[in-house]
Amino acid sequence: MCGIVGLFIKDKALEPQLGQLLSVMLATMCDRGPDSAGFAIYGGGEAGLAKITVQSPDPAMFNGLDSALAGVLGAKVSMATKDTHAVLRLAEKLTDRAREVLRGQFPQLRVMGVGERIEIYKEVGYPTEVSERFGLPGMTGSHGIGHTRMATESAVTTMGAHPFSTGVDECLVHNGSLSNHNNLRRDLKREGRTFETENDTEVAAAYLTAQMDRGLSLGDALEKSLDDLDGFYTFVVGTRDGFGVLRDRIACKPAVLAETDRYVAFGSEYRALVGLPGIENAKVWEPEPATVYFWER
Amino acid sequence: MPTVDLATTGLRELNEALHKLSEGTNETHWEILNPRGSHAVAVGVNAPAEIAVQGSVGYYCAGMNRQARITVRGSAGPGVAENMMSGEVIVKGDASQYAGATGKGGLLVIEGNASSRCGISMKGIDIVVKGNIGHMSAFMAQAGNLVVCGDAGASLGDSIYEARLFVRGSVKSLGADCIEKEMRPEHVELLAQLLARASITDVKAKDFKRYGSARKLYNFSVDHAGAYG
Repeated sequence: MCGIVGLFIKDKALEPQLGQLLSVMLATMCDRGPDSAGFAIYGGGEAGLAKITVQSPDPAMFNGLDSALAGVLGAKVSMATKDTHAVLRLAEKLTDRAREVLRGQFPQLRVMGVGERIEIYKEVGYPTEVSERFGLPGMTGSHGIGHTRMATESAVTTMGAHPFSTGVDECLVHNGSLSNHNNLRRDLKREGRTFETENDTEVAAAYLTAQMDRGLSLGDALEKSLDDLDGFYTFVVGTRDGFGVLRDRIACKPAVLAETDRYVAFGSEYRALVGLPGIENAKVWEPEPATVYFWER
Repeated sequence: MPTVDLATTGLRELNEALHKLSEGTNETHWEILNPRGSHAVAVGVNAPAEIAVQGSVGYYCAGMNRQARITVRGSAGPGVAENMMSGEVIVKGDASQYAGATGKGGLLVIEGNASSRCGISMKGIDIVVKGNIGHMSAFMAQAGNLVVCGDAGASLGDSIYEARLFVRGSVKSLGADCIEKEMRPEHVELLAQLLARASITDVKAKDFKRYGSARKLYNFSVDHAGAYG
Protein backbone atom coordinates (compact mmCIF):
# COMPACT_ATOMS: atom_id res chain seq x y z
CA MET A 1 0.00 0.00 0.00
CA CYS A 2 1.12 3.55 -0.72
CA GLY A 3 -0.53 6.93 -0.92
CA ILE A 4 -0.43 9.38 -3.79
CA VAL A 5 -1.56 12.99 -3.93
CA GLY A 6 -1.28 15.41 -6.80
CA LEU A 7 -2.42 18.93 -7.52
CA PHE A 8 -2.35 20.61 -10.92
CA ILE A 9 -3.36 24.24 -10.68
CA LYS A 10 -5.29 25.93 -13.48
CA ASP A 11 -6.03 29.23 -11.74
CA LYS A 12 -2.77 31.12 -11.22
CA ALA A 13 -4.21 32.79 -8.10
CA LEU A 14 -3.87 29.42 -6.34
CA GLU A 15 -0.17 28.96 -7.20
CA PRO A 16 1.12 30.60 -3.99
CA GLN A 17 -0.84 27.98 -2.02
CA LEU A 18 0.46 24.91 -3.89
CA GLY A 19 2.77 23.71 -1.12
CA GLN A 20 0.26 24.44 1.61
CA LEU A 21 -2.53 22.53 -0.13
CA LEU A 22 -0.28 19.64 -1.14
CA SER A 23 1.12 19.27 2.39
CA VAL A 24 -2.40 18.96 3.82
CA MET A 25 -3.20 16.37 1.16
CA LEU A 26 0.01 14.45 1.87
CA ALA A 27 -0.68 14.42 5.62
CA THR A 28 -3.98 12.58 5.07
CA MET A 29 -2.11 9.73 3.39
CA CYS A 30 0.36 9.03 6.24
CA ASP A 31 -1.30 5.77 7.23
CA ARG A 32 -1.13 4.48 3.64
CA GLY A 33 2.64 4.94 3.62
CA PRO A 34 4.32 5.71 6.93
CA ASP A 35 7.89 4.67 6.11
CA SER A 36 9.00 7.38 3.69
CA ALA A 37 7.67 10.26 1.66
CA GLY A 38 8.60 12.52 -1.18
CA PHE A 39 7.29 15.13 -3.50
CA ALA A 40 8.01 16.91 -6.75
CA ILE A 41 7.24 20.60 -7.03
CA TYR A 42 7.07 22.48 -10.32
CA GLY A 43 8.01 25.96 -9.20
CA GLY A 44 9.09 29.02 -11.08
CA GLY A 45 11.84 28.53 -13.61
CA GLU A 46 14.09 31.01 -15.34
CA ALA A 47 14.61 30.76 -19.07
CA GLY A 48 18.03 29.36 -19.87
CA LEU A 49 18.63 28.13 -16.32
CA ALA A 50 18.32 24.57 -15.06
CA LYS A 51 17.87 23.21 -11.56
CA ILE A 52 19.61 20.08 -10.34
CA THR A 53 18.25 18.65 -7.07
CA VAL A 54 20.93 16.67 -5.22
CA GLN A 55 20.74 14.71 -1.98
CA SER A 56 23.30 13.84 0.66
CA PRO A 57 22.71 12.05 3.98
CA ASP A 58 25.19 14.54 5.42
CA PRO A 59 24.20 18.12 4.52
CA ALA A 60 27.73 19.27 5.45
CA MET A 61 28.66 17.89 2.03
CA PHE A 62 26.90 20.91 0.52
CA ASN A 63 29.39 23.36 2.06
CA GLY A 64 31.23 24.97 -0.82
CA LEU A 65 29.57 22.71 -3.38
CA ASP A 66 28.31 25.64 -5.47
CA SER A 67 31.69 27.39 -5.66
CA ALA A 68 33.52 24.11 -6.35
CA LEU A 69 31.14 23.30 -9.18
CA ALA A 70 31.32 26.87 -10.50
CA GLY A 71 35.12 26.62 -10.49
CA VAL A 72 35.16 23.44 -12.59
CA LEU A 73 32.47 24.66 -14.99
CA GLY A 74 33.80 28.17 -15.20
CA ALA A 75 30.26 29.48 -14.84
CA LYS A 76 27.90 30.82 -12.22
CA VAL A 77 26.23 28.27 -9.94
CA SER A 78 23.83 29.19 -7.15
CA MET A 79 22.57 26.84 -4.48
CA ALA A 80 19.66 26.64 -2.04
CA THR A 81 19.84 23.94 0.61
CA LYS A 82 16.88 22.34 2.35
CA ASP A 83 17.87 19.75 4.94
CA THR A 84 19.40 16.77 3.08
CA HIS A 85 18.69 18.27 -0.34
CA ALA A 86 20.23 21.11 -2.30
CA VAL A 87 19.00 22.73 -5.49
CA LEU A 88 21.76 23.90 -7.80
CA ARG A 89 20.93 26.50 -10.45
CA LEU A 90 23.12 26.89 -13.48
CA ALA A 91 22.99 27.55 -17.20
CA GLU A 92 20.84 24.93 -18.89
CA LYS A 93 23.46 24.13 -21.50
CA LEU A 94 25.87 23.11 -18.72
CA THR A 95 23.53 20.51 -17.19
CA ASP A 96 25.12 17.43 -18.74
CA ARG A 97 28.61 18.63 -17.93
CA ALA A 98 27.56 19.43 -14.35
CA ARG A 99 26.11 15.94 -13.89
CA GLU A 100 29.38 14.48 -15.15
CA VAL A 101 31.35 16.57 -12.65
CA LEU A 102 28.99 15.61 -9.83
CA ARG A 103 29.36 11.92 -10.72
CA GLY A 104 33.12 12.15 -10.95
CA GLN A 105 34.02 14.49 -8.11
CA PHE A 106 31.08 14.21 -5.72
CA PRO A 107 30.08 10.54 -5.96
CA GLN A 108 28.42 10.69 -2.53
CA LEU A 109 25.76 13.04 -3.88
CA ARG A 110 22.70 11.57 -5.49
CA VAL A 111 20.89 13.45 -8.24
CA MET A 112 17.13 13.44 -7.57
CA GLY A 113 15.94 15.38 -10.58
CA VAL A 114 16.92 17.85 -13.26
CA GLY A 115 14.90 20.42 -15.12
CA GLU A 116 13.93 24.00 -15.63
CA ARG A 117 11.13 23.81 -13.09
CA ILE A 118 11.16 20.51 -11.19
CA GLU A 119 12.53 20.06 -7.68
CA ILE A 120 12.33 16.60 -6.08
CA TYR A 121 12.59 15.99 -2.34
CA LYS A 122 12.31 12.60 -0.67
CA GLU A 123 13.42 10.97 2.55
CA VAL A 124 12.82 8.09 4.91
CA GLY A 125 10.52 9.12 7.76
CA TYR A 126 6.92 9.84 8.64
CA PRO A 127 5.38 11.87 5.80
CA THR A 128 4.40 14.92 7.86
CA GLU A 129 7.94 15.08 9.26
CA VAL A 130 9.45 14.77 5.79
CA SER A 131 7.14 17.51 4.55
CA GLU A 132 8.16 19.81 7.43
CA ARG A 133 11.89 19.09 7.03
CA PHE A 134 11.80 20.39 3.48
CA GLY A 135 9.30 23.17 4.15
CA LEU A 136 6.69 21.90 1.69
CA PRO A 137 3.91 24.17 3.05
CA GLY A 138 5.89 27.25 2.00
CA MET A 139 6.57 26.11 -1.56
CA THR A 140 4.81 27.64 -4.54
CA GLY A 141 4.31 26.51 -8.09
CA SER A 142 1.92 25.32 -10.78
CA HIS A 143 1.73 21.64 -9.90
CA GLY A 144 3.08 19.08 -7.49
CA ILE A 145 2.96 15.36 -6.80
CA GLY A 146 3.45 13.71 -3.41
CA HIS A 147 3.87 10.12 -2.30
CA THR A 148 3.78 8.24 0.98
CA ARG A 149 5.47 4.87 0.84
CA MET A 150 4.78 1.53 2.47
CA ALA A 151 7.59 -0.55 1.00
CA THR A 152 6.72 -3.96 -0.38
CA GLU A 153 9.21 -4.64 -3.16
CA SER A 154 12.50 -3.28 -1.86
CA ALA A 155 14.28 -1.69 1.09
CA VAL A 156 13.19 1.43 2.93
CA THR A 157 15.83 3.89 1.76
CA THR A 158 15.92 7.46 0.53
CA MET A 159 16.49 6.33 -3.02
CA GLY A 160 13.65 3.81 -2.75
CA ALA A 161 11.22 6.61 -1.93
CA HIS A 162 9.20 8.32 -4.66
CA PRO A 163 9.05 10.39 -6.91
CA PHE A 164 11.47 8.96 -9.43
CA SER A 165 12.84 11.16 -12.17
CA THR A 166 12.01 9.92 -15.66
CA GLY A 167 13.82 12.67 -17.53
CA VAL A 168 14.23 16.41 -17.65
CA ASP A 169 11.38 18.03 -15.72
CA GLU A 170 9.63 14.67 -15.48
CA CYS A 171 8.76 12.41 -12.57
CA LEU A 172 6.74 9.34 -11.66
CA VAL A 173 5.10 8.07 -8.49
CA HIS A 174 3.57 4.64 -8.13
CA ASN A 175 1.15 2.77 -5.91
CA GLY A 176 1.31 -0.95 -6.50
CA SER A 177 3.90 -3.54 -7.33
CA LEU A 178 5.36 -4.76 -10.59
CA SER A 179 6.03 -8.44 -11.06
CA ASN A 180 8.29 -8.34 -14.13
CA HIS A 181 10.66 -5.60 -12.96
CA ASN A 182 13.68 -7.87 -12.69
CA ASN A 183 13.40 -8.94 -16.32
CA LEU A 184 12.76 -5.39 -17.45
CA ARG A 185 15.72 -4.11 -15.43
CA ARG A 186 17.99 -6.66 -17.11
CA ASP A 187 16.78 -5.54 -20.54
CA LEU A 188 17.22 -1.86 -19.68
CA LYS A 189 20.70 -2.49 -18.22
CA ARG A 190 21.66 -4.16 -21.44
CA GLU A 191 20.72 -0.91 -23.18
CA GLY A 192 23.17 0.87 -20.91
CA ARG A 193 20.79 2.31 -18.33
CA THR A 194 21.92 2.43 -14.72
CA PHE A 195 19.94 1.76 -11.56
CA GLU A 196 20.41 2.94 -8.00
CA THR A 197 18.04 0.51 -6.23
CA GLU A 198 16.24 -2.82 -6.48
CA ASN A 199 13.01 -0.87 -6.59
CA ASP A 200 10.27 -1.77 -9.08
CA THR A 201 9.17 1.82 -9.61
CA GLU A 202 12.67 2.86 -10.60
CA VAL A 203 12.36 0.30 -13.38
CA ALA A 204 9.03 1.77 -14.47
CA ALA A 205 10.62 5.23 -14.52
CA ALA A 206 13.59 3.98 -16.55
CA TYR A 207 11.21 2.16 -18.89
CA LEU A 208 9.27 5.35 -19.59
CA THR A 209 12.49 7.29 -20.09
CA ALA A 210 13.71 4.65 -22.56
CA GLN A 211 10.47 4.84 -24.55
CA MET A 212 10.62 8.62 -24.66
CA ASP A 213 14.29 8.52 -25.72
CA ARG A 214 13.08 6.45 -28.68
CA GLY A 215 10.80 9.30 -29.64
CA LEU A 216 7.50 8.38 -28.00
CA SER A 217 5.47 11.05 -26.26
CA LEU A 218 4.79 10.56 -22.57
CA GLY A 219 1.20 9.62 -23.39
CA ASP A 220 2.33 7.00 -25.93
CA ALA A 221 4.97 5.67 -23.52
CA LEU A 222 2.27 5.24 -20.86
CA GLU A 223 0.00 3.48 -23.38
CA LYS A 224 2.83 1.12 -24.26
CA SER A 225 3.50 0.39 -20.60
CA LEU A 226 0.06 -1.26 -20.40
CA ASP A 227 1.45 -4.10 -22.53
CA ASP A 228 4.98 -4.22 -21.13
CA LEU A 229 4.56 -3.73 -17.39
CA ASP A 230 3.09 -6.68 -15.53
CA GLY A 231 1.64 -6.02 -12.12
CA PHE A 232 -0.45 -3.54 -10.22
CA TYR A 233 -0.09 0.14 -10.61
CA THR A 234 -1.64 3.50 -10.31
CA PHE A 235 0.87 5.96 -11.76
CA VAL A 236 0.85 9.72 -11.46
CA VAL A 237 3.32 11.55 -13.68
CA GLY A 238 4.46 15.13 -13.86
CA THR A 239 6.00 16.98 -16.78
CA ARG A 240 7.18 20.57 -17.11
CA ASP A 241 3.66 21.74 -17.95
CA GLY A 242 1.57 18.63 -17.49
CA PHE A 243 0.09 16.14 -15.10
CA GLY A 244 -1.05 12.59 -15.91
CA VAL A 245 -2.66 9.51 -14.37
CA LEU A 246 -2.70 5.88 -15.47
CA ARG A 247 -4.11 2.77 -13.79
CA ASP A 248 -3.45 -0.80 -14.89
CA ARG A 249 -6.22 -2.92 -16.41
CA ILE A 250 -7.18 -4.54 -13.11
CA ALA A 251 -7.30 -1.16 -11.35
CA CYS A 252 -7.31 -2.48 -7.80
CA LYS A 253 -5.02 0.30 -6.56
CA PRO A 254 -7.33 3.12 -5.54
CA ALA A 255 -7.56 6.47 -7.30
CA VAL A 256 -9.86 9.46 -7.12
CA LEU A 257 -9.73 12.51 -9.37
CA ALA A 258 -11.37 15.87 -8.78
CA GLU A 259 -11.62 18.78 -11.18
CA THR A 260 -12.87 22.34 -10.85
CA ASP A 261 -12.21 25.49 -12.89
CA ARG A 262 -9.25 26.13 -10.58
CA TYR A 263 -7.45 22.77 -10.36
CA VAL A 264 -7.22 19.07 -11.08
CA ALA A 265 -6.46 16.97 -8.00
CA PHE A 266 -5.55 13.35 -7.48
CA GLY A 267 -5.83 11.33 -4.27
CA SER A 268 -5.47 7.65 -3.48
CA GLU A 269 -8.57 8.27 -1.43
CA TYR A 270 -11.22 10.97 -1.24
CA ARG A 271 -9.87 11.87 2.23
CA ALA A 272 -6.89 13.47 0.50
CA LEU A 273 -9.14 15.91 -1.35
CA VAL A 274 -11.45 17.16 1.39
CA GLY A 275 -9.29 20.17 2.30
CA LEU A 276 -9.27 21.61 -1.22
CA PRO A 277 -11.18 24.81 -1.92
CA GLY A 278 -14.56 24.18 -3.56
CA ILE A 279 -14.27 20.39 -3.36
CA GLU A 280 -17.98 20.19 -2.47
CA ASN A 281 -18.86 21.28 -5.99
CA ALA A 282 -15.97 19.65 -7.84
CA LYS A 283 -16.45 16.92 -10.41
CA VAL A 284 -15.16 13.88 -8.52
CA TRP A 285 -14.66 10.52 -10.24
CA GLU A 286 -12.65 7.34 -10.27
CA PRO A 287 -10.28 7.14 -13.24
CA GLU A 288 -11.03 4.26 -15.62
CA PRO A 289 -8.61 1.36 -15.89
CA ALA A 290 -6.07 1.33 -18.74
CA THR A 291 -6.91 4.93 -19.65
CA VAL A 292 -4.32 7.69 -19.86
CA TYR A 293 -5.49 10.97 -18.33
CA PHE A 294 -3.37 14.02 -19.03
CA TRP A 295 -3.71 17.73 -18.41
CA GLU A 296 -1.41 20.37 -19.81
CA ARG A 297 -1.23 24.14 -19.56
CA MET B 1 -32.17 12.08 17.34
CA PRO B 2 -28.48 11.59 18.11
CA THR B 3 -26.19 13.65 15.91
CA VAL B 4 -22.53 12.69 15.76
CA ASP B 5 -20.05 15.13 14.28
CA LEU B 6 -16.96 13.23 13.13
CA ALA B 7 -15.03 16.52 13.14
CA THR B 8 -15.18 16.36 16.94
CA THR B 9 -16.04 12.73 17.76
CA GLY B 10 -13.78 9.78 17.07
CA LEU B 11 -14.85 7.02 14.73
CA ARG B 12 -14.47 4.36 17.41
CA GLU B 13 -16.78 6.29 19.72
CA LEU B 14 -19.41 6.52 16.97
CA ASN B 15 -19.25 2.85 16.08
CA GLU B 16 -19.32 1.78 19.75
CA ALA B 17 -22.46 3.85 20.30
CA LEU B 18 -24.06 2.27 17.24
CA HIS B 19 -23.07 -1.22 18.37
CA LYS B 20 -24.79 -0.65 21.71
CA LEU B 21 -28.14 -0.18 20.00
CA SER B 22 -30.43 -3.11 20.48
CA GLU B 23 -33.83 -4.31 19.37
CA GLY B 24 -36.53 -1.91 20.56
CA THR B 25 -34.16 1.05 20.96
CA ASN B 26 -35.70 4.50 20.94
CA GLU B 27 -32.68 6.05 19.30
CA THR B 28 -33.73 5.02 15.84
CA HIS B 29 -32.63 8.10 13.88
CA TRP B 30 -28.95 8.99 13.68
CA GLU B 31 -27.21 11.69 11.78
CA ILE B 32 -23.47 11.59 11.11
CA LEU B 33 -21.81 14.84 10.08
CA ASN B 34 -18.44 15.59 8.46
CA PRO B 35 -17.41 12.07 7.44
CA ARG B 36 -14.82 13.63 5.06
CA GLY B 37 -13.93 10.30 3.51
CA SER B 38 -13.44 8.45 6.83
CA HIS B 39 -13.10 4.69 6.77
CA ALA B 40 -15.40 2.14 8.43
CA VAL B 41 -18.25 4.55 9.21
CA ALA B 42 -21.23 2.70 10.74
CA VAL B 43 -19.71 -0.73 10.36
CA GLY B 44 -21.25 -3.68 12.18
CA VAL B 45 -24.57 -2.10 13.14
CA ASN B 46 -27.13 -4.67 14.32
CA ALA B 47 -30.32 -2.75 15.10
CA PRO B 48 -33.28 -1.37 13.14
CA ALA B 49 -31.99 2.21 13.09
CA GLU B 50 -32.07 4.85 10.37
CA ILE B 51 -28.59 6.31 9.91
CA ALA B 52 -27.92 9.24 7.60
CA VAL B 53 -24.30 10.04 6.75
CA GLN B 54 -24.04 13.62 5.50
CA GLY B 55 -21.16 13.48 3.06
CA SER B 56 -18.73 11.10 1.35
CA VAL B 57 -17.15 8.15 3.11
CA GLY B 58 -13.99 6.09 2.59
CA TYR B 59 -13.43 2.34 2.80
CA TYR B 60 -15.95 -0.20 4.13
CA CYS B 61 -18.86 2.03 5.13
CA ALA B 62 -21.82 0.05 6.48
CA GLY B 63 -19.91 -3.22 6.32
CA MET B 64 -21.55 -6.27 7.93
CA ASN B 65 -24.76 -4.31 8.35
CA ARG B 66 -27.76 -6.04 9.94
CA GLN B 67 -31.22 -4.47 10.08
CA ALA B 68 -30.15 -0.82 9.84
CA ARG B 69 -31.07 1.51 6.99
CA ILE B 70 -27.95 3.52 6.24
CA THR B 71 -28.00 6.38 3.74
CA VAL B 72 -24.77 7.95 2.47
CA ARG B 73 -25.47 11.46 1.16
CA GLY B 74 -22.32 11.51 -0.90
CA SER B 75 -20.08 8.91 -2.52
CA ALA B 76 -18.62 5.78 -0.96
CA GLY B 77 -15.10 4.40 -1.12
CA PRO B 78 -14.15 0.75 -1.68
CA GLY B 79 -16.17 -2.03 -0.06
CA VAL B 80 -19.38 -0.23 0.86
CA ALA B 81 -21.85 -2.63 2.54
CA GLU B 82 -19.30 -5.42 2.32
CA ASN B 83 -20.72 -8.62 3.76
CA MET B 84 -24.10 -7.05 4.53
CA MET B 85 -26.48 -9.50 6.22
CA SER B 86 -29.78 -7.59 6.16
CA GLY B 87 -31.16 -4.06 6.17
CA GLU B 88 -30.60 -1.43 3.52
CA VAL B 89 -27.72 0.75 2.39
CA ILE B 90 -28.35 3.63 0.00
CA VAL B 91 -25.50 5.57 -1.63
CA LYS B 92 -26.71 8.83 -3.18
CA GLY B 93 -23.49 9.33 -5.17
CA ASP B 94 -21.04 6.85 -6.70
CA ALA B 95 -19.49 3.78 -5.12
CA SER B 96 -15.90 2.66 -5.57
CA GLN B 97 -14.74 -0.89 -6.16
CA TYR B 98 -16.26 -4.08 -4.69
CA ALA B 99 -19.51 -2.53 -3.49
CA GLY B 100 -21.62 -5.14 -1.72
CA ALA B 101 -18.85 -7.74 -1.88
CA THR B 102 -19.76 -11.11 -0.30
CA GLY B 103 -23.09 -9.69 0.93
CA LYS B 104 -25.47 -12.31 2.29
CA GLY B 105 -28.69 -10.31 2.47
CA GLY B 106 -30.35 -6.92 2.50
CA LEU B 107 -30.54 -4.31 -0.25
CA LEU B 108 -27.75 -2.05 -1.52
CA VAL B 109 -28.85 0.83 -3.74
CA ILE B 110 -26.26 2.93 -5.55
CA GLU B 111 -27.87 5.95 -7.17
CA GLY B 112 -24.75 6.91 -9.16
CA ASN B 113 -22.23 4.56 -10.75
CA ALA B 114 -20.38 1.68 -9.14
CA SER B 115 -16.84 0.89 -10.24
CA SER B 116 -15.09 -2.45 -10.67
CA ARG B 117 -15.96 -5.70 -8.94
CA CYS B 118 -19.43 -4.63 -7.82
CA GLY B 119 -21.10 -7.60 -6.10
CA ILE B 120 -18.01 -9.78 -6.21
CA SER B 121 -18.74 -13.09 -4.51
CA MET B 122 -22.25 -11.94 -3.54
CA LYS B 123 -24.10 -14.56 -1.54
CA GLY B 124 -27.70 -13.43 -1.40
CA ILE B 125 -27.62 -9.63 -1.27
CA ASP B 126 -29.69 -7.58 -3.71
CA ILE B 127 -27.79 -4.75 -5.39
CA VAL B 128 -29.46 -2.09 -7.53
CA VAL B 129 -27.27 0.40 -9.40
CA LYS B 130 -28.96 3.31 -11.17
CA GLY B 131 -25.89 4.09 -13.28
CA ASN B 132 -23.12 1.90 -14.70
CA ILE B 133 -20.87 -0.72 -13.13
CA GLY B 134 -17.20 -1.43 -13.80
CA HIS B 135 -15.28 -4.49 -14.91
CA MET B 136 -15.26 -7.91 -13.22
CA SER B 137 -18.57 -7.26 -11.49
CA ALA B 138 -20.39 -10.24 -9.94
CA PHE B 139 -17.19 -12.30 -10.16
CA MET B 140 -17.95 -15.69 -8.58
CA ALA B 141 -21.36 -14.40 -7.53
CA GLN B 142 -23.19 -17.16 -5.71
CA ALA B 143 -26.70 -15.92 -4.94
CA GLY B 144 -28.80 -12.77 -4.94
CA ASN B 145 -29.66 -10.23 -7.62
CA LEU B 146 -27.57 -7.53 -9.26
CA VAL B 147 -29.60 -4.93 -11.17
CA VAL B 148 -27.84 -2.40 -13.40
CA CYS B 149 -29.92 0.33 -15.01
CA GLY B 150 -26.94 1.53 -17.09
CA ASP B 151 -24.08 -0.39 -18.70
CA ALA B 152 -21.81 -3.13 -17.36
CA GLY B 153 -18.03 -3.23 -17.85
CA ALA B 154 -15.88 -6.09 -19.11
CA SER B 155 -16.05 -9.68 -17.85
CA LEU B 156 -19.44 -9.47 -16.19
CA GLY B 157 -20.26 -12.49 -14.04
CA ASP B 158 -16.99 -14.34 -14.52
CA SER B 159 -17.20 -17.81 -12.94
CA ILE B 160 -20.68 -17.05 -11.67
CA TYR B 161 -22.72 -19.58 -9.68
CA GLU B 162 -26.43 -18.92 -9.09
CA ALA B 163 -26.80 -15.13 -8.80
CA ARG B 164 -29.10 -13.35 -11.26
CA LEU B 165 -27.76 -10.38 -13.18
CA PHE B 166 -30.09 -7.88 -14.86
CA VAL B 167 -28.58 -5.22 -17.11
CA ARG B 168 -30.60 -2.59 -19.00
CA GLY B 169 -27.76 -1.13 -21.08
CA SER B 170 -24.80 -2.69 -22.83
CA VAL B 171 -22.44 -5.30 -21.46
CA LYS B 172 -18.86 -4.80 -22.60
CA SER B 173 -18.13 -8.52 -22.32
CA LEU B 174 -19.28 -11.55 -20.38
CA GLY B 175 -16.85 -13.44 -18.16
CA ALA B 176 -16.16 -17.15 -18.31
CA ASP B 177 -19.30 -19.30 -17.96
CA CYS B 178 -21.66 -16.30 -17.89
CA ILE B 179 -24.37 -16.25 -20.56
CA GLU B 180 -27.47 -14.30 -21.47
CA LYS B 181 -30.64 -16.06 -20.36
CA GLU B 182 -34.28 -15.79 -21.19
CA MET B 183 -36.23 -13.13 -19.32
CA ARG B 184 -39.30 -15.09 -18.19
CA PRO B 185 -42.38 -13.53 -16.56
CA GLU B 186 -41.16 -14.45 -13.06
CA HIS B 187 -37.92 -12.56 -13.71
CA VAL B 188 -39.79 -9.47 -14.91
CA GLU B 189 -41.88 -9.63 -11.75
CA LEU B 190 -38.86 -10.08 -9.48
CA LEU B 191 -37.04 -7.24 -11.20
CA ALA B 192 -40.07 -4.94 -10.93
CA GLN B 193 -40.13 -5.59 -7.19
CA LEU B 194 -36.43 -4.85 -6.84
CA LEU B 195 -36.76 -1.58 -8.79
CA ALA B 196 -39.72 -0.60 -6.62
CA ARG B 197 -37.78 -1.35 -3.43
CA ALA B 198 -35.00 0.87 -4.74
CA SER B 199 -37.58 3.61 -5.49
CA ILE B 200 -36.72 3.56 -9.19
CA THR B 201 -39.78 4.41 -11.21
CA ASP B 202 -38.42 5.70 -14.51
CA VAL B 203 -37.20 2.42 -15.99
CA LYS B 204 -39.18 -0.64 -17.00
CA ALA B 205 -38.34 -4.19 -15.95
CA LYS B 206 -39.01 -5.52 -19.44
CA ASP B 207 -36.17 -3.38 -20.87
CA PHE B 208 -33.53 -5.45 -19.06
CA LYS B 209 -31.66 -8.53 -20.16
CA ARG B 210 -30.87 -11.35 -17.78
CA TYR B 211 -27.49 -13.02 -17.41
CA GLY B 212 -26.45 -16.00 -15.35
CA SER B 213 -24.37 -19.12 -15.14
CA ALA B 214 -24.01 -21.64 -17.97
CA ARG B 215 -23.15 -24.06 -15.15
CA LYS B 216 -20.22 -25.55 -17.01
CA LEU B 217 -17.53 -24.70 -14.49
CA TYR B 218 -19.08 -26.16 -11.34
CA ASN B 219 -16.91 -29.24 -11.53
CA PHE B 220 -13.66 -29.28 -13.36
CA SER B 221 -13.73 -31.27 -16.55
CA VAL B 222 -10.67 -31.26 -18.73
CA ASP B 223 -12.96 -30.85 -21.75
CA HIS B 224 -13.87 -27.40 -20.43
CA ALA B 225 -10.32 -26.23 -19.74
CA GLY B 226 -10.64 -23.68 -22.56
CA ALA B 227 -13.62 -22.02 -20.86
CA TYR B 228 -11.52 -20.99 -17.85
CA GLY B 229 -9.43 -18.58 -19.98
